[in-house]
Amino acid sequence: MNFSSFSEFMAMGQHGLYVWSAYGISIAVLLLNVGLPWLAKRRYLQDEARRMRREEKR
Amino acid sequence: MSNVFVLLFAREARLLCRRPAELANPLVFFAIVIALFPLAVGPETQLLQRISPGLVWLAALLAVLLSLDGLFRGDYEDGSLEQWVVSPHPLALLVLAKVLAHWVFSGLALVILAPLLGLMLGLPGSAMPVLLLSLLLGTPVLSLLGAVGAALTVGLKRGGLLLALLILPLYIPVLILGSGALQAALQGLPAAGYLLWLASLAALALTLTPFAIAAGLTISVGE
Amino acid sequence: MNWTWFHKLGSPKWFYEISGRWLPWLGWAALVLISVGLVWGLAFAPEDYQQGNSFRIIYIHVPSAFLAQSVYVMLAVAGLVGLVWKMKLADVALQQAAPIGAWMTCIALLTGAVWGKPTWGSWWVWDARLTSMLILLFLYFGVIALGHAITNRDSAAKACAVLAIVGVVNIPIIKYSVEWWNTLHQPATFKVTEKPAMPVEMWLPLLVMVLGFYCFFAAVLLMRMRLEVLRRESRASWVRSEVRALTEGER
Repeated sequence: MNFSSFSEFMAMGQHGLYVWSAYGISIAVLLLNVGLPWLAKRRYLQDEARRMRREEKR
Repeated sequence: MSNVFVLLFAREARLLCRRPAELANPLVFFAIVIALFPLAVGPETQLLQRISPGLVWLAALLAVLLSLDGLFRGDYEDGSLEQWVVSPHPLALLVLAKVLAHWVFSGLALVILAPLLGLMLGLPGSAMPVLLLSLLLGTPVLSLLGAVGAALTVGLKRGGLLLALLILPLYIPVLILGSGALQAALQGLPAAGYLLWLASLAALALTLTPFAIAAGLTISVGE
Repeated sequence: MNWTWFHKLGSPKWFYEISGRWLPWLGWAALVLISVGLVWGLAFAPEDYQQGNSFRIIYIHVPSAFLAQSVYVMLAVAGLVGLVWKMKLADVALQQAAPIGAWMTCIALLTGAVWGKPTWGSWWVWDARLTSMLILLFLYFGVIALGHAITNRDSAAKACAVLAIVGVVNIPIIKYSVEWWNTLHQPATFKVTEKPAMPVEMWLPLLVMVLGFYCFFAAVLLMRMRLEVLRRESRASWVRSEVRALTEGER
C-alpha cells in the first residue's frame, strides 16, 4: 500500500481532483459502452417478440 | 493503353474548358479566404508575414477540397462512370487521367495565382520559388486524396460536407510539410528537406490513390 | 493448414454460437483485470518522483490510447477481409468496432487533457501525441459518418473498408509529420508518456490494465456484433427460436 490513510488516498497528494475526475470519466465511458448495446439488445428483443406475437395471431 | 489515357485526358480538358465559371470558383474562393484574414487579424505586415505560410496553405487546401465536390458527379449522373467501370481498360488508369486533368486546370491555376496573393500578405520575393514548388508538389496530393473521398461520396445527395469530414484529416501531412517549407524559406533556412518529403508524398499518392479511387467508384456505382 | 474455421466464420449462426460461449469468459476477464489494475495502479503502485500522484492517470490513458490505435488497424484488417473474401461478418465487425474505437480515443483525449493540467498547467497543449490522437478521433468520425450516410448496407461496409484502409496507410505519415511539426514549433518539452525506465511495480499494473482493456474491447465488440447478426438474420429460423428463447426467459 502506498498510502497510509484513506483520506490521503482520496487526496492523491493535491492531485486528487485530476486523478479522480480522469478515472471517473473513463469508467463512465466504459460503462456507457457496455450499457448502450445491452439496452439496444433488450429493445430489439422486445420489438421482435411483439412482432412475432402479432404474426402468430394472424 | 496509354492511348486511352491521352484520349480521356483530352476529353476531360475539353469538358473543363467549356465550363470556365466552374474552374474560376475555387480560385475566387482562394482569393477571398486570403483577403478575409487581414480583415480578421488586422493589417500589420509583420503579423501577416508570420502567419502567411499557414494561411496560403490552408486557403489552397480548402479551395482544392471545394473544387473536388463535383469531380465525379457529372459522370455519375449521366452514366459514363458505369461505362468506365465495365470497360476493359483498368479503372485506376482512367481515374488517374481524370484527376490529373482536373488538377492541371484547377490546381495549376491555384499555383499560378498563389504568388500574387503571397505578395499581398507580405511574403518576400526570396520565398516565392519555395511557395511555387511546394504548391506544385502538394496540390496533386490534395487532388488525389480528395478524389478518394469524392469517389466514396459521389452517390450521396449531400456529400459535400461529408467529403470535407473524410478528407481533411488526411490532408494534415501535406499541410504541415507545405507550410513548414514556406516557414523555413521565410526564416532563410533550407527548405529542400520539406520539398523532398512533399515530392515523395506526391509519388506515393500518384501510385496508390488511383486504386483506392477506382475501388470507391466501383462501390458507388454498384449501389 | 486447415482453413475450415476461416470459412465457418462466414456463417452467422456458427459465429453466434461460438461467440456466445466466449462472451462470458471475455467479460469476466475484462472485469477482473480492470478491477485488479485499477486497485493496483491507484493504491499500490509507487508515486512518480516528478509528477507525484497525477501520474496514476497513465493506467487509463495509455491502455485507451493503445486500444484506440489498434482498433483502427483492426478496422482496416476487417475491411480488407470483407473486400477480398466478401465476408459479411467482417463488415459487421468493421462497423461495430468503429464507435468503440472512437470512445476509446475520447477517453485517451480526456484523460490526456486532465493529466495536462497538473503537468503542463493547461488543459490542452498541442503535444504531438495528443494532436495525433485528436486526428485519429476525426478519422473515426469519418468512418462512422460515411457508414451512416450510405443507406445500402453492403456498399456502406465496403466504402468504410476503403476509407479505413486509406486511413491506415496515412496514419504513420500523419504521426511522423505531427511529431516533426511539434519538434519544430516548440523545443522538446517534458513528455508525459515517455518514461525512460519504469520500475516493475509501475509497469506491471499498466500491463494488467492494457490486457483488461483489450478483453473489454473484445467483449463489447462481440456483444454489438451478436446483436447486429440477429438484426441482419431476423428472418432466419434459428434467430426466431433464439429470440423466443431469450424473451421467454425474461417473462
